[in-house]
Amino acid sequence: MSKVKKINYETQLKSGSHWSFKMRRGTVLRLTDISGGSNVGVLFYNPENLLERYNAPDTLKCQHTFKLTQNNCLYSDMGRVFASIVNDQFGWHDTVCGNSHAEHVASQWGKRDYQSDHNNWHQNGTDAFLVELAKYGLGKADLAANINFFSKVSTDEQGTLSLDKIDSTGKQVMLRFEMDTLVVLHTCPHPLNSVTGYPNSTVSIELGEAEVVADDDACKLHCLENTRGFANNNLYHLGL
Amino acid sequence: MTSATIIESSLDEKNALDSFTVDAGDYWLGIVKQGQTFRIVDLKGNQAADTLFFNANDVSERYSATDTIREQGKVYLTSGSKLRSNDNNIMLEITADTCGRHDTLGGACATESNTVRYDLEKRCMHACRDSWMLAIAENPEYGLNKRDISHNINFFMNVPVTATGGLTFEDGISAPGKYVEMRAEMDTIVLISNCPQLNNPCNGYDPTPVEVVVWN
Repeated sequence: MSKVKKINYETQLKSGSHWSFKMRRGTVLRLTDISGGSNVGVLFYNPENLLERYNAPDTLKCQHTFKLTQNNCLYSDMGRVFASIVNDQFGWHDTVCGNSHAEHVASQWGKRDYQSDHNNWHQNGTDAFLVELAKYGLGKADLAANINFFSKVSTDEQGTLSLDKIDSTGKQVMLRFEMDTLVVLHTCPHPLNSVTGYPNSTVSIELGEAEVVADDDACKLHCLENTRGFANNNLYHLGL
Repeated sequence: MTSATIIESSLDEKNALDSFTVDAGDYWLGIVKQGQTFRIVDLKGNQAADTLFFNANDVSERYSATDTIREQGKVYLTSGSKLRSNDNNIMLEITADTCGRHDTLGGACATESNTVRYDLEKRCMHACRDSWMLAIAENPEYGLNKRDISHNINFFMNVPVTATGGLTFEDGISAPGKYVEMRAEMDTIVLISNCPQLNNPCNGYDPTPVEVVVWN
């Protein structure tokens, strides 16, 4: 596939898991919903300055979009692009619904109970993020509106939200990092998910190296705003 | 656009505890106690009041746009909307609204996002986030810092979402004298930036004052 030079590592996460890692500029992260029915909550921070974080409002308004899909850039609150969505087979990812809380999960599927369930416990997105964030000295105040990959949430004329049921089995989305980024993610269910039984799904995470960003890169040229976002990244990397 | 529900208030300004005029480009920072009601008046029309809320007893609990819209199942705010915190608690409830719809998706303007939205060389034009940065720097007793400054409400702003996933900044549906009123369900720090934006047609390129009124 274009955009990727090579994939160096692959792992799989079951639903209810969480992980964090640093991606360097010029690397790719590919998510595949192997089982279908997955949700991947994602947040980004700048490892050089953890106060710089993913900003959903700026990401949406800079690109005049409510959904995230191929060619969209994912912005920080400092006018820079953490990552570009270079490939998307799913088509519409949510970034406005946030995470499930422990009470949501308990009322929907029964409370989290490691003693009985071990690692099949009913983990919720908020606590999953808080656990990972604490590893970097971050906490509740740093938990911004996140992305929910593989969850399509649309609205009607009145603005009523609905989680659309779409088969995501085998679907992939690939991010290319445009600056060094701390990635914090979980695979807990979307907060609007109402399926019977806590989801038992599997996501593949592949990490690799990107091709050099071309002058006519589709993400960069997606809109004038993105061209300016890339210009801000160039300034940030001046001298590198 | 669908018709908005207009709910008028029964409160009289003559009986108010206090009122403040906030010029465009300024901030207002104050505490509204549990049970008190406060109103923001769009004095000249089509203004945006970029607003953040914090639990006055624990500022790590703050207004959360995601929790608010998810729990109410709608992206727009109006009368009856319960404004929730990142702990999913109700901080305030909108009790009256003569505008009919307010945005909580679009976020605030910042000098950095202005470079992306408008022009790299517009980085030094005043923006809401700079008003908030000044507010937290000038008022350290509140214990707020940059990490607490997050996803806000844009009172009086009209940002419709389309069924196909578009997001547009439409002409305001507000007008002179329109207001939104809310009752605090906990002691709440209110931080408003009266938006100084000069690059967006939503305020006719002419930002104007708003008024804040508080009742017991």
